[in-house]
Amino acid sequence: MQGDEACAEGAIAAGCNFFAGYPITPATEIMEQMAHRFRGLPGRVFIQMEDELASIGALIGASWAGAKAMTATSGPGLSLMLENLGYAIMTETPLVVVDIQRAGPSTGQATRPAQGDVMQARWGAGGDYELIVLAPWSVSEMYYETVRAFNLAERFRVPVILLGDEGIGHLREKLEVRAETEVYARRKSPGAAPFGQAEVPPMPSFGEGEELLVTGSTHDARGYRRTSDKEAQAELVERLARKISANRQEIIRTEALLTEGELDVLFIAFGFTARSAYRAAQELRHEGLRAGLLRLSTLWPFAEEAVREVALRARRVLVPEMNRGQALREVQRLVPEARGYHRTDGEVITPAEIITAIKDWCS
Amino acid sequence: MRLGTNSSIKRMVRPEAFPTPFCAGCGHGILMGAILRAIDELGWDMREMLFVSGIGCGGWIPSPHYAADTLHVTHGRPIAFATGAKLFNPKLKVVVIGGDGDIASIGGNHLIHGARRNVNLTVICANNGIYGMTGGQVTPTTPQGKRTVTTPEGNPERPFDLSQLLVAAGASYVARYSVYHVRQLIGALKAALEHPGFSFVEALTSCPVQYGRRNDLSTPTAMLEYFRDTCVTIARARTMTQEQLKDKTIIGEFIS
Repeated sequence: MQGDEACAEGAIAAGCNFFAGYPITPATEIMEQMAHRFRGLPGRVFIQMEDELASIGALIGASWAGAKAMTATSGPGLSLMLENLGYAIMTETPLVVVDIQRAGPSTGQATRPAQGDVMQARWGAGGDYELIVLAPWSVSEMYYETVRAFNLAERFRVPVILLGDEGIGHLREKLEVRAETEVYARRKSPGAAPFGQAEVPPMPSFGEGEELLVTGSTHDARGYRRTSDKEAQAELVERLARKISANRQEIIRTEALLTEGELDVLFIAFGFTARSAYRAAQELRHEGLRAGLLRLSTLWPFAEEAVREVALRARRVLVPEMNRGQALREVQRLVPEARGYHRTDGEVITPAEIITAIKDWCS
Repeated sequence: MRLGTNSSIKRMVRPEAFPTPFCAGCGHGILMGAILRAIDELGWDMREMLFVSGIGCGGWIPSPHYAADTLHVTHGRPIAFATGAKLFNPKLKVVVIGGDGDIASIGGNHLIHGARRNVNLTVICANNGIYGMTGGQVTPTTPQGKRTVTTPEGNPERPFDLSQLLVAAGASYVARYSVYHVRQLIGALKAALEHPGFSFVEALTSCPVQYGRRNDLSTPTAMLEYFRDTCVTIARARTMTQEQLKDKTIIGEFIS
């Protein structure tokens, strides 16, 4: 199965019942698959909207009407969604945005892979906030990380970005699906303040008689606008950030491969590039170099603890990625001597390149 | 209690949300009441309703004043949000309320696509021909030649005729009245709410503070009298020449 299709199947397994989108290469297959799979299924809504702004807008409206909602796009489309992504953060609206990255900036090369949206996904919406970004590295993870994206979105009432890339989106691999899928159900508590004191407040839906006030303006626990109250502003911004940062252990998932004991070289990578880095580490091990990989499955919040812990045992840290060094900046914050290996020509980074890069560094 | 009266519609608002943020003489209060009177006269339950509004003075008409579910969204996007909510829960009666800047300028694309798509929504545009909240800038419905803070020598651009735009885009109910013609406005709102499909009501409303005072209509009554004197019904317009219709606004039901 293709990565994009696996994403759609994972969404359905997670209970996704609303999809709105706008065509964009290389994410279109997700939308097509959703349209195909929702056909004839009661209670599931698919709609192609007029643009990306409307797509995520429809998601937010549907999510407050009780839906588990998803859209899929690529870098330029994510740019258009960012204002409403900020709205979803401010109003604590669960939803999933899939970004199958392609070479940019702007229209760039639509059919070519890249990993240039690492920072756009993290910081693109205005204001100061935390959100969750996952970076699958296989077709299997396109399925299961989509499920996890829905569960985290519901658990923390936050938009979750699934940050794929053209390489993974169009990759074909065998997908093994477990019989049972764990699905997090939205927590309800009739009459409770929907933006209240709890770290993650329960979430009512429209039509339940709650007389909801949902607004992107700064608001109190019941949703009344507090547009000039500095305490209300600070309290809301801090709580929205804290509900993510205080639960880093639950959200952050990394995979350490071939990293037992002391390391001559540690690769830190995510998405398609992590596959090449893993292969490179295996080959380097055959050549007698102690090489390993720390794979970032959760990209944001950044896996600071894991990076520190594994990097401590490594003589060299190399961060290969299909951009000019976006995750590298985060790694260097923790490991200043870390180096990057970058490619921006719309081609994936191969294991051979990574091996050459590390040999050059060692020599 | 007679439906549609002040004492009857009082239960449809949140008393703690008052007073409104509107300036003295603003027409939005009349529209705010007219919408509630229409809903009340239809005997509808506010608990089944969702009001979606965007940014600007018009966005404050339902949120936080109406005692119903309200969704106050980003600038220009309420029709998109409303579409998602309505499609997922068709039992909700979904009404979009916004100003001309919100609905017709930044949100213009969603407006025409909403009309084309014909999802069962009612869109009410509080059209005062000005950006009130940000201090009186020109909008796509400011009449040509009128002064605003960004067109100090008069608006050089032609305005949209929103109702005609919506007719062309495929809305299945379209009406326009001013807040001076409040009984007719309530009638149109009732028809729009009951209409199955995308219905659009253009409510011409007064902004003496940001629009009127720069255009010799600085009092609340001057603005209402302006609507009285410049609005002509569809039937009357048929008897008038193009020259006579210059600077007039045609009101009535264009598609029903």
